[in-house]
Amino acid sequence: MVLVYAEAHEGHFKKATLEAVAYGAKTAEVLGTSCEAVTIGNTDGAAALGQYGAKTVHQISSDNLNHFDSQTYAKALSGAAKSLGAKVVILAHNSTGKSLAGRLAVSLNAGCVTAANAVPTNDGSFKVKKNVFAGKAIADYEINSDIKVLTLSGNSIKPEVTGTDAPVNELAVDVPASRVKVVSVNKQSGDLAPLPEAELVVSAGRGMKGPENWGIIEELAAAIGATTACSRPVADIGWRPHHEHVGQTGVAIKPNLYIAAGISGAIQHLAGVNSSKCIVVINKDPEAPFFKAADYGVCADLFEVVPRLTEAIKKAKA
Amino acid sequence: MKILVCISKTPETTAKIAFKDGNTAYDENGVNFIMNPYDEWYALVRAVELKETNSGTVTVINVGGTANDVVIRKALAIGADDAIRVDAEPNSSMFVAKQIAEHAKDYDLVLTGKETIDYNGSEVGAMIAEYLDVPFVSYATTLEMNGNTATITREVEGGNEVSEIATPLVISAAKGLAEQRIPNMRGIMMAKRKPLNIVPAVEADNLTTVATFTLPPAKTEVKMIDPENMEELVRLLQEEAKVL
Repeated sequence: MVLVYAEAHEGHFKKATLEAVAYGAKTAEVLGTSCEAVTIGNTDGAAALGQYGAKTVHQISSDNLNHFDSQTYAKALSGAAKSLGAKVVILAHNSTGKSLAGRLAVSLNAGCVTAANAVPTNDGSFKVKKNVFAGKAIADYEINSDIKVLTLSGNSIKPEVTGTDAPVNELAVDVPASRVKVVSVNKQSGDLAPLPEAELVVSAGRGMKGPENWGIIEELAAAIGATTACSRPVADIGWRPHHEHVGQTGVAIKPNLYIAAGISGAIQHLAGVNSSKCIVVINKDPEAPFFKAADYGVCADLFEVVPRLTEAIKKAKA
Repeated sequence: MKILVCISKTPETTAKIAFKDGNTAYDENGVNFIMNPYDEWYALVRAVELKETNSGTVTVINVGGTANDVVIRKALAIGADDAIRVDAEPNSSMFVAKQIAEHAKDYDLVLTGKETIDYNGSEVGAMIAEYLDVPFVSYATTLEMNGNTATITREVEGGNEVSEIATPLVISAAKGLAEQRIPNMRGIMMAKRKPLNIVPAVEADNLTTVATFTLPPAKTEVKMIDPENMEELVRLLQEEAKVL
């Protein structure tokens, strides 16, 4: 059986969770088994996970799981995996999944592959692909343990409604008290998708000449519902907040569309964005290395081109 | 306070990516290796800073062969007091974590980088924590110690979370935790005399292996768009790329 940890945020399931369930269902198909989901805490609409491929949903409730702690959550999930006899455990490759996967691998004595981006194959051996060297190569990993732990890279699969609601049952698992005391949780304002989950990203760099000029970038982002990002130099000099920095040391992203204005495309920047499905580069320097990594390029002054692009998008949407 | 920092050796960011032995192994020929930036810039430097303000010791640990000693000496030059090298090929994250956990039991804090820049696993920190059965906090951007209590900010999607945890614990370091330090001449000279203990590996399985490496399909030639005709770009994004 394939067991997916269906993480809930404030009682709701986000896209990354639905992707993990859909991926779990496809993995189960390859292995000729079924996919089940496990949730922690009270979640609305857990039955709806059935629509994305979970045959059963197990809910674990415990006062010791009121806030996220990789130690207690891993105990709950490995307990669930053991009592249900799971052969593959799947998590989203987000901050939660990354905190848990290694722990689950050790407690289940399972081979672990993080950031898988394709459905596993099972021709005599269990194999799954992931990007390595910051997207400059793909490794096909063979896992030779009885139990496997995988995290799924975001935007690798499209969650689709294929079935109906699943039965939901309570699962009792012993969980110790947490040693972590959460002092505060700080959310960014606005309701746009956070960068690692965003499907559309508009990014800008030093070519903007100053933080006061970012209005045209925000207008372009707003026109398509994109999240804004920036290059490292402009985050370092304080033009933009650090959480917007995409690249090797910042956030690595793989949106469907990445529009970069006034970013030359240093290798460290490319390392964080080169898995994007489509890259548009706007730069007035025809020698900017970013053009080599782009699908579409516009070689011109971004202060003229970006507003023009915003207008063209608004016209096309009208 | 005793701090253990796990350091890994990785190809430098600009290194050529090629494979050998029928695409089953990374071709290290002509590649320059560095200390994994997340381990060096953030985990190690923050550990040294904590030692400087709160007293204590910083030990670095690495799993690998003799060739890794260069990277280990650099960590000693940046300010670690001593080093452990587990003399074995680091063939999988679980193998590495098991080796480190064997030596990590007496430390208050174990720090790793958030991931290595070669295999991008983000696994080892959590695995060490599970072997030790202690808390693990990933992607820490701030870390302050008050007695034996750590106050940590960690990045989560769309924000951050601040928590307090008593030692011992394992933390993975992200950008913001510290600023890169360049070793000075005195540090480099002192590093030569600091202890580097080479120890044998304990028994551990490799549950994962890379069957094959492939290079991503070559990027198609960039399509240049007339700057006067952004309507054409929108049309291509909608109809050709199908991303809008």
